[in-house]
Amino acid sequence: MEPTPVLEVRGITKHFPGVLANDHIDFKLTKGQIHCMLGENGAGKTTLMNVIYGLYQPDAGEILVNGQPVSIHSANDAIRMGIGMVHQHFMLIPELTVTENIILGNEVTVGPFLNRRRAAAQIRELSERFGLPVDPAARVGDLPVGSRQRVEIIKALYRKADILILDEPTAVLTPQEAEDLFKVMRTLVEQGVSIVFITHKLKEVLAVADEITVLRDGRVAGVVQPEQATEASLASLMVGREVILQVEKEPREPGESILSVRDLRVIDDREHVAVDGVSLEVRSGEILGVAGVQGNGQTELVQALTGLRAVLSGQVFIAGQETTLATPRQVTELGVAHIPEDREKDGLVKSYPIVDNLLLNVYYQLPYARRMVIDDTQAADYARDVIQKFDVRTPSIYAQAGTLSGGNKQKMIVAREFSRPIKLLIAAQPTRGLDVGSIEFIHRQLVSIRDLGVAVLLVSAELDEIMSLSDRIAVLFRGRIIDTLPAATATREQLGLLMAGVHAQAA
Amino acid sequence: MEPVTAPSGAGAELRARRRISWGELGPRLVPALAVLTAVLFGGLFMVFSGTDWAAARAALAADGAGGFLRELGPGIGKAGVAYEAMVEGATGLGYIDPTSVRSQTTMVVLLRLGERAIVFLPDNLVATLVRSTPFLLAGLAVAVGFKAGLFNIGAEGQLYAGALLAVWIGFVPALANLPALLHIPLAVASGILGGAIWGGIAGFLKARTGAHEVINTIMMNHIAIRLADWLIKSREPLILLDTTASVPRTPFIAATAEYPRLGDTPLHFGILISLGAVALVWWFLYRTTLGFELRTVGANPNAAKYAGMSVTRNLVLAMAVSGGLAGLAGSGEVLGVQHNLPPGFFAGVGFDSIAIALLAKTNPIAMIPAAFLWGGLLNGAGLMQIRADISIDLVKIIQALIVMFVAADQIVRVIWRIRARRQEEEVVFSRGWGR
Repeated sequence: MEPTPVLEVRGITKHFPGVLANDHIDFKLTKGQIHCMLGENGAGKTTLMNVIYGLYQPDAGEILVNGQPVSIHSANDAIRMGIGMVHQHFMLIPELTVTENIILGNEVTVGPFLNRRRAAAQIRELSERFGLPVDPAARVGDLPVGSRQRVEIIKALYRKADILILDEPTAVLTPQEAEDLFKVMRTLVEQGVSIVFITHKLKEVLAVADEITVLRDGRVAGVVQPEQATEASLASLMVGREVILQVEKEPREPGESILSVRDLRVIDDREHVAVDGVSLEVRSGEILGVAGVQGNGQTELVQALTGLRAVLSGQVFIAGQETTLATPRQVTELGVAHIPEDREKDGLVKSYPIVDNLLLNVYYQLPYARRMVIDDTQAADYARDVIQKFDVRTPSIYAQAGTLSGGNKQKMIVAREFSRPIKLLIAAQPTRGLDVGSIEFIHRQLVSIRDLGVAVLLVSAELDEIMSLSDRIAVLFRGRIIDTLPAATATREQLGLLMAGVHAQAA
Repeated sequence: MEPVTAPSGAGAELRARRRISWGELGPRLVPALAVLTAVLFGGLFMVFSGTDWAAARAALAADGAGGFLRELGPGIGKAGVAYEAMVEGATGLGYIDPTSVRSQTTMVVLLRLGERAIVFLPDNLVATLVRSTPFLLAGLAVAVGFKAGLFNIGAEGQLYAGALLAVWIGFVPALANLPALLHIPLAVASGILGGAIWGGIAGFLKARTGAHEVINTIMMNHIAIRLADWLIKSREPLILLDTTASVPRTPFIAATAEYPRLGDTPLHFGILISLGAVALVWWFLYRTTLGFELRTVGANPNAAKYAGMSVTRNLVLAMAVSGGLAGLAGSGEVLGVQHNLPPGFFAGVGFDSIAIALLAKTNPIAMIPAAFLWGGLLNGAGLMQIRADISIDLVKIIQALIVMFVAADQIVRVIWRIRARRQEEEVVFSRGWGR
């Protein structure tokens, strides 16, 4: 007889208009275990967790805590039952201190006043017990991402959570910070906390899980023990077919310099220096990967190179021409393709049909327009041609772009950017949030365009992606390129340390 | 927790399927349903106002529900008479005793039914068309703004700006001897120019400084309305006032600047201009590269910037085109109907046009029925008032209900059980403040 699970869901079903997000999901969390919830974006992980956390009501099914059926109608209900959640996007108020954030909504008071000292003492105690170092008096806005995450975890523990849901917690961490988090998770389970760890990264699952539930298309695709699983077996469970994890890439001798950046400085929206003296060179036929934890100047670097953000100082040359002050249109016309970081916001117009999205930056050129009048027939022929070539799955070129899946949206953007003569491709987070099939497709496209002699600047937060695609890897830390390594010899550990700002000389 | 069971069986599936077919048609019908709902609410209003409530209460006590309903009869009858009169006044289609019509009125008897007959009175339809013309153009003006993501509340001011320039070109003695073939186009062009400048200023302020167009256009309205007042009324210095007239107004425009009449009716050339403008605006928005840019800036300014379009230039362009259309509407009323410009002439046409643009969901083609409906409601109101003794205020209430139901179409969606579209609609009515 196995022990009663601390948390169990039975037959959870949740419909959204047109989608069955959860289809009779069963799931058991054993006390003192780390249970990994693995699945692609859209597999239903977050929906299930939101049901457990009381943010959604299920259409069918039941939730049991310690063997007792419970009904959870709000996050407050969940907290009362000892369920705590750390969201992917932190729910902290940057202006307040760590203590204030943690006690918010659960204040320790003396009459009408806050008892900060007692609250701080309680927080210190929690932080020591679970190995989560934080300074209770620090302002959250001043803390690095890793510490903010610790604050979120302490916040849950402070509310006496013994079931902790961590939603994609490593997305914002360096590999070393992730290691630290895994240590914390170990300490937590030793002290009797049970953890649901949501992720789509296979390596992490194998590193920390006691048990793994794989979701696919809203259903449980399998429950496996980590000892019996490999990365390949998990990936095929996740996707439902065999997956090639490694990209085929022939070595290639790079040609002339296409993109040359000299001592570039760029400020962000808050007027802080985000790119602080970056110099780099990308030659034709090579992929330069820019690695780094999110928020180290990648976004601003790409915007400055594509003319979307003003340059503070320094110079940019594309194909021999200075483009430091160029407009986005001038940059595009020099033969630059740009896969933007935020495809929903910048890369497409959701309310437009696919054909108009494919024309987005050539609509004024022959043969698509003649004397400022758009030629519908030419446009439609072109659109039909490229959606076939790039395998964009849609019933029609007149379907609204917003109705496409994430993968097909990105394929549409790639189709648009690759279907004109280009010399330089700037790809920012090109596979973020995509399903494995689309990732494979985009990766193959990136390599094939490099093989055609295009210079590729690949900016990505996914270290695996950078390592498998790049010819050289530059690591960006606090707006500077801290080092550039040949991809063939770079190791995860080396890169991880660089991403954390540790420059290991002759390591 | 009570285990929740899924709605089971074939019944649920059938219901789901039925909802899908309604779901596909429903969203297209929202404006029509909004009109219908508003008319029903207006009818309820009339029933309430036409019922003798003391008698109804007495009947309820004496005969129960049947008696109560009987007492509602006169109110319902009154609502029926009112709407009948509304339709007759708006479209000319009436169900009346043909002998009651004055002999000099043109009338076509369509179908005789005993004492009464279904008749067509073309004068009513013509009056509605004339009345709808400025709404059609001004509605297009507001719609062009919406397409670029701009909320142009300034149509009113742009109407005045266009009308002022057009009336001046129309009466200024230096141009009095111009042939009509030159004078009319010149007056029309100056009307468009006046509105375009007025709108363009608001667009320029938005593009250059980020000042919100709602505030800019409201203030530009005030300036235009007061400026028109002053220009027309001022005696010292004398600017536009016709000193020989008994009421303040500008001089009449030269006959060479008047829009030609279509036949022997009040219908003027302006209606053809406005229908042409519908086609032109549609073509501009959906067929030209400029229109593509303008719509892209409205639908997603970030993507527009990414694609190399100039957001600021398009904001100015959109406001200038929008203002130009409003200016055309304003000059049309001067050149086609009034032939002079008194102060306070437009009295809210520009504001009503916002409602019309919303009613048409900013679609240029749909602007035709929307403007016709608006003009018809206004034109039919007079007869409705006489026949059913109903206040003109009620017409205004129905109009307000229509706009409310269309603009806040969630209300209609709830009433008629239409699901929200999964996709966001193409229409971006306006974005929030402070962007």
